[in-house]
Amino acid sequence: MSNAAWESLSNQAVAAAGVVYFLALLAHLVEWSALRRLPVAKAERQPVGAGAPVPADDTTTTGDLESAHHRSAMFGRLGLLLTVLACAIHFVALLGRGLAADPVRVPWGNMYEFTLSGTFFVTLIFLVVRQRLRLAWMAPIVVGTVLTLLMIDVIWLHEEVAPLTEALYSPWLVIHVVSAVIATAAFTLGGLLSVLYLLKERQLARGGGTTGYLARVPEPAALDRTAYRLHAFAFPVWTFAVLITGPIWAHEAWSRYWNWDPKEVWAFITWVVYAAYLHARATAGWKGRNAAYLALLGTATLWFNFIGINFFSTTSQHSYADAPPAVVRTVDPGAADAAHDPLVGV
Amino acid sequence: MSTDVRPEGHVASSSPVEPEAPRRPGDLTFRESLRWLWRQVTSMRTALVLLLMLALAAVPGSVVPQSDVDALEVTRWQEANPRLTPIYEWLGLFSVYDSVWFSAIYILLMVSLVGCILPRTFVYLRALRSRPARAPRYLTRLPDSTSWTTDEDVETVLARAREVLRKRRYRVDATDETVASERGYLREAGNLVFHVSVLVVLAGVAWGGLFGYQGGVIVLQGGGFSNNLTQYDDFAPGDLFDPSEMEPFSFDVTDFDIDWLTDGPRAGMAQKFVSHLDYRETPDSPVQSYDLRVNHPLTIGDTDVFLIGHGYAPVITVRDAEGNVVSSGPKPFLPSDPSFRSFGVVAAPDAQPQQIGLEGEFYPTYAFTPDRGPFSAFGDAVNPAIVMQAYVGDLGLDDGVGQSVYVLDKDDAELVENPDGSLFRIELAPGQSVELPNGAGSVSFDGVQRWNRIQISQTPGKGLALTGVILALVGLLGSLFIRPRRVWVRARERGGSTYVEVAALDRSGGQEITEELDRVVAAMRGTDPDTAPDTDPETKGSKP
Ligand code: HEM
Repeated sequence: MSNAAWESLSNQAVAAAGVVYFLALLAHLVEWSALRRLPVAKAERQPVGAGAPVPADDTTTTGDLESAHHRSAMFGRLGLLLTVLACAIHFVALLGRGLAADPVRVPWGNMYEFTLSGTFFVTLIFLVVRQRLRLAWMAPIVVGTVLTLLMIDVIWLHEEVAPLTEALYSPWLVIHVVSAVIATAAFTLGGLLSVLYLLKERQLARGGGTTGYLARVPEPAALDRTAYRLHAFAFPVWTFAVLITGPIWAHEAWSRYWNWDPKEVWAFITWVVYAAYLHARATAGWKGRNAAYLALLGTATLWFNFIGINFFSTTSQHSYADAPPAVVRTVDPGAADAAHDPLVGV
Repeated sequence: MSTDVRPEGHVASSSPVEPEAPRRPGDLTFRESLRWLWRQVTSMRTALVLLLMLALAAVPGSVVPQSDVDALEVTRWQEANPRLTPIYEWLGLFSVYDSVWFSAIYILLMVSLVGCILPRTFVYLRALRSRPARAPRYLTRLPDSTSWTTDEDVETVLARAREVLRKRRYRVDATDETVASERGYLREAGNLVFHVSVLVVLAGVAWGGLFGYQGGVIVLQGGGFSNNLTQYDDFAPGDLFDPSEMEPFSFDVTDFDIDWLTDGPRAGMAQKFVSHLDYRETPDSPVQSYDLRVNHPLTIGDTDVFLIGHGYAPVITVRDAEGNVVSSGPKPFLPSDPSFRSFGVVAAPDAQPQQIGLEGEFYPTYAFTPDRGPFSAFGDAVNPAIVMQAYVGDLGLDDGVGQSVYVLDKDDAELVENPDGSLFRIELAPGQSVELPNGAGSVSFDGVQRWNRIQISQTPGKGLALTGVILALVGLLGSLFIRPRRVWVRARERGGSTYVEVAALDRSGGQEITEELDRVVAAMRGTDPDTAPDTDPETKGSKP
């Protein structure tokens, strides 16, 4: 297959994945709306009962109820199946993107590709931990988020496959960026859980509903714990990405391992905020709600760093956003310390 | 004298100061407030707040241009905002990460860190040597606990409990009727390693900052460089840098290759730049060659040599009114955009009767449209041209004040015009020359050479910093994923059979431990095939 064929395959796969994600979302919406008016049974409100909706206890069983639960479970399975399918197609999109480039490379050389990879990992991580962390209930939110991000990616960030700028030709592109993408995906899932934690907590504080989606979301304590586990996974990966591989690469490409480039500044800020989150969970008075706010602050800095900096900063060398990258920024040997004049932006 | 804590104000107001008194109330309060202060500084809450302050303090550095990162951008910003400049300067906003307030935050954080690590290390060492915590009196009151009755005797049950727990890598301490066990000691070790590593990283970074240097030089293709201070175009040493630490290497740029993309979405982009070097590590060592590329620095001893930029140096010859050559040779011009439109100046201080200066641009692929004026259509030197203006007069080149070779001081010079008063422009392709009006001299454009911008840096401590972050990561993994757990088993004779209670506790808080409890219980009762004793406890229990 030619490069152009791979590229159009990738574009088609992105569109197909979008459609299947949308169908998965519909299936999950039906799953949950089937239970819309049913009160949550006691057993379901246990912190451990965080799985997909389970049949209510027999005292309330009527024919109606049973069929509603049956319908719900069926659509739940359908939704899962569609999500797995979408994830597979999403992977094909990534593969095509990588193979379309000349020379063949990993598909995270610009913002479009980074977002495509990031959303893929959100789905993948979700599917992998779904069972273990009992996150089936989260499916509509995850699928909805991935679909939204994917649409933003296609509409605003799409770029043609292009050769990489010189500094990106490095094995560190594979290691550094993939770890950043995986950490971003896991932090994003953790952030979603923290939002739900706050919503659920507020609902309970107000006396709590017994119907609707939120009522079937696990107890705050369980949400907090699961959010922590995702953050605890993402944090070392992020550390590896921004404090180990990033500096090693920066040293090779730009001669300084740390230069307080805006992208580096915000990676550092994100890291520090998440360190604060981990501390908060161990500090009386900061546990729970404040920790959740810190987690969200972390998510905000993370995404600002990824999208915001590219658009707002003119001095970042990590200029994914520049369509034709400046080959040489003004070299200024007269200045005392014009250390940073790379051949290209990364 | 009472030892209770009194509010400072109370003490001060009620007891006049008595110099002779052996123990003044103020002393105590002072010491106490010191201790109070120390406790505050080293508390988790303070660490948390300091971390957030650090994050916040880092923000301005990504908004305001930093002189360490982009000195040129700083100058531009200052010219655009003359009113704000002094305020920003006073606040240190052009070098946030060296500023007093930024340093204050992280130094406080480090103090807090040390104050945190030290006592915790002692506590940890003591805990390492101590026995697992004794069992609480009522095991079944713990949230994760269970109990059952069996016909086995107490001894057998406890022996099995010890065996099961040891197999699960618990440290076990047994008494007559209870088994106390604990595992996951390394979690705290990981946590301590992580926090100590933060200090190690900081030490590595500080070392590099103090003793290292960064320098840059433009070397023409075919030109050379030897590593001493005088050869650098710019040089930024650390405060404790010692020039005798500089490696005595030298190199020549023998050739420079570059590939230009002529089609596709990135047409016009340059790729695969390679600077071919011949170098010697010391003046007496043999010549070696190296292909210097982006991402592939040349390392000589402690020093790294990087290729970080390239550009054009038009070869321009200037003759004065008397026909003498007053300036000649390649002049590096500075690229200002991806098409390598480049800016540069030529100064001829010895020209007679007046000094001559040229200022203008070089275009590797010259193109012209009426609305854009001259521009470069491509980065490669396909159709090179220079377009410059000439100045005559006093260019300020004799007064001994050092001047950048990229700036022409035109205050006392006069723009050269045509006899009819129109603007005189030097527009030349290679091989062409032009006479200046009024017989002031002539300029010829003889050809184009290329230059490489080479960055040279010595960063001692980078290995230490790297070791630090890797240790930090290892510690972090231990700290986040090792589960500190306690399991207690108590077995007692009750009404002819044995009553067994088991409880488990996760000390990291909030982790689920039910599974662990289930597994321990399953192993003890033999329901797990992997660890079950040979006989089936169910059938055994049912026998008389
Ligand atoms: C540069 C400053 C610091 C950074 C980057 C940092 C980072 C971290 C991180 C990432 C963790 C999570 C690992 C874990 O949960 O075990 C952690 C835990 C911890 N940190 Fe820090 N820390 C810093 C300073 C401090 C200070 C000053 C203190 C003492 C007041 C402290 C006390 C602790 C404690 C007690 C834990 C364990 C919390 C737990 O048991 O979950 N840290 N720190």
